[in-house]
Amino acid sequence: MRIAVASGKGGTGKTTVAVALAVSSGVPAQYVDCDVEEPNGSIFLKPRAGSTDTVSVQVPEIDEERCTSCGRCARFCRFNALVSLGTPPLVFPELCHSCGGCEIVCPADAITWKDVPVGEVSIGEDTRTGLRVIQGKLKVGSVLAPPVIKAAKAAASDLPLTILDSPPGTSCPVIEAVSDADYVLLVTEPTPFGLHDLKLAVETVIELGLPFSVVINRADEGDDRVEDYCRENGVHVILRIPHSRRVAEVYSRGGTLVEALPELREVFRAMPGVIEGRLP
Amino acid sequence: MKVAVASSGRTPDSQLDSRFGRAPVFMVYDTDTGEYKAVDNGMNLNSAQGAGIQTAQNIAATGAQAVIGANFGPKAVLVLQTASIKMYLCQSGTVAEAVEKFSSGELQELTAANVRSHW
Repeated sequence: MRIAVASGKGGTGKTTVAVALAVSSGVPAQYVDCDVEEPNGSIFLKPRAGSTDTVSVQVPEIDEERCTSCGRCARFCRFNALVSLGTPPLVFPELCHSCGGCEIVCPADAITWKDVPVGEVSIGEDTRTGLRVIQGKLKVGSVLAPPVIKAAKAAASDLPLTILDSPPGTSCPVIEAVSDADYVLLVTEPTPFGLHDLKLAVETVIELGLPFSVVINRADEGDDRVEDYCRENGVHVILRIPHSRRVAEVYSRGGTLVEALPELREVFRAMPGVIEGRLP
Repeated sequence: MKVAVASSGRTPDSQLDSRFGRAPVFMVYDTDTGEYKAVDNGMNLNSAQGAGIQTAQNIAATGAQAVIGANFGPKAVLVLQTASIKMYLCQSGTVAEAVEKFSSGELQELTAANVRSHW
């Protein structure tokens, strides 16, 4: 089973929950860090370094001998990655989404492709738990997170439990991270911001047709609006994590939630089974 | 010759827009006839990326040989230079005032970007 841990708002505890789920698993499991702009699961999992592979995307190269300067490629490109001024086009590789449209519309067969590195995927193993840890990491200066997330997911092997630690928000990187999960956990906090972004996240996973539950972190702080929203909209709350100084202390030393609150270990171990029972 | 001015509105007394790629309008002034023409740049206001690039192409399509603006980013500068369009800096005032300063040679020509990407 593949469980994605996502949220609208950042900083609500996605990695905290994803790591707790992964280390508490009673079956062979892997943790995939899909938050490739700032992957931080390894701070808590401490994987022994394994292999690292570069992730590249393809961007167009113009054969100026063949190019007739017709400008069709530039008119087609909706990402503004190609510019034609009656000349062979200028290419802005950092804007290219590698859709391949320019090659299709080019009548002169003048477009070829070259690889540009955008990030890397590393695979390691957490020495204490045997957990397989996969991390996608976007290259500094690159903006295309989805190809790196896709590569990180592709590096996952066929284990009984896969935890996908998603980026925050509701845009392309999140869609890429969660879209082929079996179930999504949306982590939120009982604040006006937490509620606002939770609503966006709920709309997103409903649009994607994914079954989901909500985890409320620091549940005894803030106000009741997240609880009210979930009740009124029939949104299932699978876990409420208490606000605790102990969690913050352990977290600040790179420890996990279940080290801080050992009573939650059994809850997280059982959670994949609970989710299994909720699958449509 | 024609000179394009990054504008917040569609008249010569409109204030300059401080952005190049996401200026809503370019007022194109023809120094031979003394006439203005408003060119809509609204489609780039909301473009996710490459607004400066697309705007530079729009300006090239108007036939302008010079453009007046407050700030030019690196990609816009590359496209404008490829199209042999000269850039002149003017930080504030109306479109008509900017054109007047341009005509009297008061505006400084820009040869490299004066702001970074996504400024």
